[in-house]
Amino acid sequence: MTRLLTVLFGRLPIGWLQLIHNRTRFAAAIAGVAFANILIFMQLGFLGALMEGTKLPYGLFASDILISASDANTLSDGSNLPRQRLYQALAVPGVAEAAAIHLGKIDWQPKDGNAVSLHVFGVDPSQEIFVSEKVNRALEQLKLLDFALIDRKTRNMEPAVFDEIDSGTPVLREINDRTLTLAETFEVGSGFEADGYMIVSDQTFLRLFPGRVPGAPTHIAINVEPASDPDAMVTALRERLQSGDSIVRTLAQAAADDQKYQTTERPIGVVFGFGIIIGVLVGIIIVYQVLSTDVTDHLGEYATLKAVGYRQSFFLGIVFEEALILALFGFVPGLLIALGFYELVSMATGLPVVMSGLRPLFVLAGTILMCVISGAIATRRLAGADPADLF
Amino acid sequence: MTVSPAPHLVTEPSRRQVPAPIAVQNLDYWFGQGEARKQALFDVNLEIERGELVILMGPSGSGKTTLLTLMGCLREVHDGSIRLLGNELNSAGEDLLVACRRQVGFIFQAHNLHESLTALQNVRMALEVHGSAAMQNWYEASSHLLRLLGLGERLDYLPGNLSGGQKQRVAIARALVGNPEIVFADEPTAALDKESGYQVVKLLKDLGRVRQTTTLMVTHDNRILDLADRIITMEDGRIVRDER
Repeated sequence: MTRLLTVLFGRLPIGWLQLIHNRTRFAAAIAGVAFANILIFMQLGFLGALMEGTKLPYGLFASDILISASDANTLSDGSNLPRQRLYQALAVPGVAEAAAIHLGKIDWQPKDGNAVSLHVFGVDPSQEIFVSEKVNRALEQLKLLDFALIDRKTRNMEPAVFDEIDSGTPVLREINDRTLTLAETFEVGSGFEADGYMIVSDQTFLRLFPGRVPGAPTHIAINVEPASDPDAMVTALRERLQSGDSIVRTLAQAAADDQKYQTTERPIGVVFGFGIIIGVLVGIIIVYQVLSTDVTDHLGEYATLKAVGYRQSFFLGIVFEEALILALFGFVPGLLIALGFYELVSMATGLPVVMSGLRPLFVLAGTILMCVISGAIATRRLAGADPADLF
Repeated sequence: MTVSPAPHLVTEPSRRQVPAPIAVQNLDYWFGQGEARKQALFDVNLEIERGELVILMGPSGSGKTTLLTLMGCLREVHDGSIRLLGNELNSAGEDLLVACRRQVGFIFQAHNLHESLTALQNVRMALEVHGSAAMQNWYEASSHLLRLLGLGERLDYLPGNLSGGQKQRVAIARALVGNPEIVFADEPTAALDKESGYQVVKLLKDLGRVRQTTTLMVTHDNRILDLADRIITMEDGRIVRDER
């Protein structure tokens, strides 16, 4: 390793030699950097889960455009729309299909087990508006009253339910004073908003939520003609629907706006964002401590090298070398441990806490940056001093 | 028409009259600031000839080491003048100081070896500073010098595994490996026994004769006085005796 680095740098790798000279401290320093990395990875993981969990239910629908109430920040918090908007939209040339989506939330308390909060979509079973072919096929069964599709990733549901459904036996559950037949499953996954999702027919929906009326859906999903451009259609629909009670967005834009709202305006998103800042600060402090102690310990030796005729840039190079080594050596265990924690948190909460492809690169670059900044600060003591004062 | 001297470091005796390697004029030096300011050197004047072995003597606190570190570019000169190899050190910039440091070798009172580097690597560091040309035969140059100092068997030892005398000899090799014009030595024999102390100083003297290296040494060691070309005695920051 030393020989390799000597060839690489064209000089003795003093930083490396210094670090491995005191192995206990080297290990402690690596552990410190790894800890900071884990902290940042976890916060990014939570933030990512929030983003992903927000986006997932939008992914159920194969629609191009979503019309929502103008006060809708998320999928579920908007008011209801007049059904009239649906017919107005259908009148716009280029619109192929428009479907009303009712959305309501149920806090279901099973007889045995934890409370499950479910987001329930009520749709017209004759309109195949879903991405999944399996769901579109299962819509046929929903034409029967009190039949439902259930999200198999619903948090806190006993797995036996899904096994029974898979084997072809519909499961009966009493939900909101109605006995629902869980006929088929689909997959979304739990987010921060709900434990899981359920799809029912509009007729069943209105029975589950007696306060809702057929003339007031939550969203209107639009499919455009194959020849039409969705973005152009958004503009056309906005011109048509000028009553001020609705907003028209592409499905992707609606998901993106929701994500932005969740991460920047809801407390939970701000908390995770702040957690990342804390992680970075802790990381900088740990690395700065390690590097500045190292500089202090070697001040006499650096002074000697300065007396021999080495410049400040040389010492900066040594400390950067150490910073880089610490960043790389700390990153590897940090990443591995974080992956393990992601797995644990996913299992425990059902949240989609997963490592995205770019995140490790981003964290590595950030780690190197914070190590280098700490190193630059740590060497300032050497800059102005007379060598004779440092021995 | 006069030709102005090149702005870079003057090392070759290119002028008509070769300047003394070290010329000190009206040098004062203070330690500390404000009320605590204490004068360490008073009006020191000194000129040292090329190739001489000069010993600086005097009781502790007499300013020997201060004078040595000033001449060796390890402290900044503010009052008076030191010309080192023709370069004025008073208010010298970082670039000139770095260039001058590379022209001299310094042997410290404490060995000041790098604890993470082997004996050989410590010596190598003094060559690496001169760039790739000096590095071409670094192994031969460094190991030869260490063998000469009796450390042939200890090339790859870390300082922690060397005795005090061995460490000091590594430090001497480090100071000499770059073929410096001037060697400054601050009590180099303090950690050595009589025989090796004498050997080291003899080596410094022989080097001086062959390569015309100037050597300036602070010492309390009476055993090596007979090797000196010149003995300068200091007391309370002043030169009180100067004998050849």
